[in-house]
Amino acid sequence: MSAFWNAWVWAITLAVILGCTWLLLATRKSEPHKEATEETLGHSFDGIEEYDNPLPGWWFQMFVATVIFGIAYLGLYGLANVKGFYGWSSVGQYEEEMAHAEEVYKPVFAKYAAMSVEDLQNQPDGLKIGQRMFANNCSLCHGATGAGAYGFPNLTDGDWLYGGAPATIKQSITNGRQGAMPAWGPVLGEEGVRDVASYVLSLSGAEHDAEMAARGQQQFQALCTACHGADGKGMQALGAANLTDNTWLYGGSFAQISHTIRAGRNGVMPAHKDLLSDDKITLITAYVYSLSNK
Amino acid sequence: MSTAAEHPTYNYKVVRQFAIMTVVWGIVGMAVGVLIASQLVWPALNFDTAWLTYGRLRPLHTNAVIFAFGGCALFATSYYVVQRTSQTRLISDKLAAFTFWGWQLVILSAAITLPLGLTQSKEYAELEWPIDLLITVVWVAYAIVFLGTVKMRKTSHIYVGNWFYMAFILTVAVLHIVNSAAMPVSLFKSYSVYPGAVDAMVQWWYGHNAVGFFLTAGFLGMMYYFVPKQAERPIYSYRLSVVHFWALIATYMWAGGHHLHYTALPDFAQTLGMVMSLILLAPSWGGMINGMMTLSGAWHKLRTDPVLRFLVVSLSFYGMSTFEGPMMSIKTVNALSHYTDWTIGHVHAGALGWVAMISIGAVYHMIPKLWGKAQMASVGLINTHFWLATIGTVLYICSMWVNGILQGLMWRAVNEDGTLTYSFVEALEAGHWGFFVRALGGLFFLTGMFLMAYNVWQTVRKDSTAPAADASAQTA
Repeated sequence: MSAFWNAWVWAITLAVILGCTWLLLATRKSEPHKEATEETLGHSFDGIEEYDNPLPGWWFQMFVATVIFGIAYLGLYGLANVKGFYGWSSVGQYEEEMAHAEEVYKPVFAKYAAMSVEDLQNQPDGLKIGQRMFANNCSLCHGATGAGAYGFPNLTDGDWLYGGAPATIKQSITNGRQGAMPAWGPVLGEEGVRDVASYVLSLSGAEHDAEMAARGQQQFQALCTACHGADGKGMQALGAANLTDNTWLYGGSFAQISHTIRAGRNGVMPAHKDLLSDDKITLITAYVYSLSNK
Repeated sequence: MSTAAEHPTYNYKVVRQFAIMTVVWGIVGMAVGVLIASQLVWPALNFDTAWLTYGRLRPLHTNAVIFAFGGCALFATSYYVVQRTSQTRLISDKLAAFTFWGWQLVILSAAITLPLGLTQSKEYAELEWPIDLLITVVWVAYAIVFLGTVKMRKTSHIYVGNWFYMAFILTVAVLHIVNSAAMPVSLFKSYSVYPGAVDAMVQWWYGHNAVGFFLTAGFLGMMYYFVPKQAERPIYSYRLSVVHFWALIATYMWAGGHHLHYTALPDFAQTLGMVMSLILLAPSWGGMINGMMTLSGAWHKLRTDPVLRFLVVSLSFYGMSTFEGPMMSIKTVNALSHYTDWTIGHVHAGALGWVAMISIGAVYHMIPKLWGKAQMASVGLINTHFWLATIGTVLYICSMWVNGILQGLMWRAVNEDGTLTYSFVEALEAGHWGFFVRALGGLFFLTGMFLMAYNVWQTVRKDSTAPAADASAQTA
C-alpha cells in the first residue's frame, strides 16, 4: 500500500488503542474514592441514581494487560507495510506447513516411488493410500466407490473412454481430459436429431424405430464416424464413446441421446499435475486400475 | 386496551405497540428457528417445497429474531426509557407512529421476499434494495424522534442508558447505508458496489457491528435502565460506564476482520481484527460488572423476583459470550472453530442468553406499567418461562460446543500418509445428536415464549385479572 495509507492505518490504530488507554488511566487517576463508596453523583433519572465507585482493580489490570498484549502482538506480527519481528504472513505459514507435511509424509510415498502400477497391485498398504487420496481428491465426482454418476465416468466397469492401461489412466489424472461432443442440432434439424438418435439406439440393440434409424444411419455415416468410427465403437485416442456397449455417460434413453446429439456435451476431467506429486498420482492410478482389474 | 393508566405526559401508545409486537415476532422468529434446527435433524421437514428449504428460511429466522423481535424490543424500551429518564414526552407522536408502522412494513416485506428467494446474499443484510431504502427512511425518523427527545430533556445530564441507545441508532444508520450500497438491475435484484475482498471486509465490518451496536450497545442501553429499576438499586459505578462506553464503541468498529481469518483479506487487517477483539474484552465486561454489581445489597430479591432473574442471567450469558468471542478471534483458536457449529453456539449464547433474556425481562417489567397493573397476571408463569429459557439456552450452547469441537477435530484429522481421515459427511453424521439436542433447546425456548404471550394477554386484556396499580405507583 502507498505511504499515505500505511501512515493512515498506523495513525488510526494507535489513536484508538492509546486513546482508550488514556481514558482508562485518566479516569482511574481522577477517582475521588479508592474504595467502595455509598456516595452518588447526585443525579436521579426516573429514580435511578449512580454511585461514584472506583474502577474494579482486576478489571483495570485486565484492560491494561490486553492493551500491552495487543501492542506487542502488532510488533511481532506486523501492521500495514511494516513487517513484524516474526516476519509472519499467512502465505508464509501455509508454505511452512506444506513443507513440513512434505517432509513428514515423503518417506511414506518414497517406499512406493520405484514401483510400477502393476507391481503396486500386490501392495495392499499402497493401494490403501491410493484409496484415501481417491476419497480426498476424486470421490466428489466419481463417487466414494468410483462408480461414477451422471456425466462422471464409472471407473469400476472396465469400460474406458480414453483407455484403461496404467499409463493412460495416469495420463488422464496428470493432464486431465477435455471431452467435446459438438452440438449437431443446427446441422441436422430436429427430425435429423431424432433419426440419428434412433440409429444410435439400434447400435446397442435397444428398442428403436427402424424407419427413423435407417434414415439416421446415412447421416451418422456422414457426420459421426470421424470420431465414433464406422461401426460406432468409438475411438479412445479422442475419448469418443463406444456407442454399441450400452454404457452411457449421459443416459441411454431416446430423449437423453437426442439431447446429447442436439446440444453436444463437454466433459472436463481437471489436470492434477499441479495439485499432487507424481508419486501420489501413481498411487491413485494404481488404485483406479485395481477397481476394474481385481 | 385499557386507557385508564394513560400517563398524562408520556407517549405510551407506541411503546405498547412495539412491546406487543416484540412478543409476536419473538414467537414467529423462534418458531422458524426451531423448524430449521429440526430440518438439520430430519431433512424431510422441508417438504420438498422451495420456500420451506433451509437456505431460504435461515435468513428469515435471523432477520425475524434480530430485526423483528430484537428491533421491536429496542424500539419499545428506547421510547420508554428516553421518556422516563428525560422526563419529557416523545417530540412527535406522528413520527413515532410512523416508525412503528414503517418497521412492521419492513418486517412484513422481509417475511414475503426471503422465502421467495429474493436476497442480496449478504448475511444479516439480505433484504433487497427497495426494502433497504424503506429501512433507511424509518431509521432516520427513529433517530429524529429519539435524539430530538433527548435534546428536549428536562434533566441536566443525559442518562447512561440513552448514550448507548444513541450510539446504537447512529452507528446502525451508518452501517446499513454503507453495507447496503448496491446497483439495482431490476426491482428485486441488485449487486453490491464493492468488489471481491473489499466486499467481504465491508460485509463483516457491518456484520460484526450489527452484533456490536444492534445486539450489544442497544441492549446495554436496555440493561442500564431495567436492571437498576427492577433491583431498585443505584448503578454501581458512573465512571466505569464512561470508560466502558467509549472504549466499547471505539474498539468494536475494528473487530470485523476476525470473521475473515486465513482468507484473501490482507494479513494486517486479520491481525488488527484479532488484536482489537482482545482489547474489546474489558470494555465488554465493563457493562456486565456494572449490571451485576448494581445488585450488591439486593441479591436476596432474586429469590422472589423472576423478572430480575431474567435480567441477571442475561448478564451472565453476556459476560460468557463476550469472553468466548475474543478467544475465538485468536487465529489459532479460530483455525479450529471457524466454519463449525461452535460459531453458531457462540452466537446463540449471545442471542438467546443475552439479547432475548434481557428483552424478555424488560418486557415483563414494562407491560404492567404500560397497562396500569401492579404486576403481570401470573408471576409463576414468568418463573416457568425463566427456567424454560435458561435450560433451552444451556442445551443449545452445550450441544454446539460439542458439535463444533468435534467437527473442527474431525476436519483436521489426517492419516499417517497425510490424507484426511474423515470425509465431510462423516463429520456431519457425527453431529446428528448435537443437532437433535439443539432443536430440543430451541423448543424449550419457544415454549417459554408461548407462556409469555399467554401471560401478556392475561395482563393486558380488558377484563384482566392482574391487580391494578395504585395511582401513586404510576408516577414513581
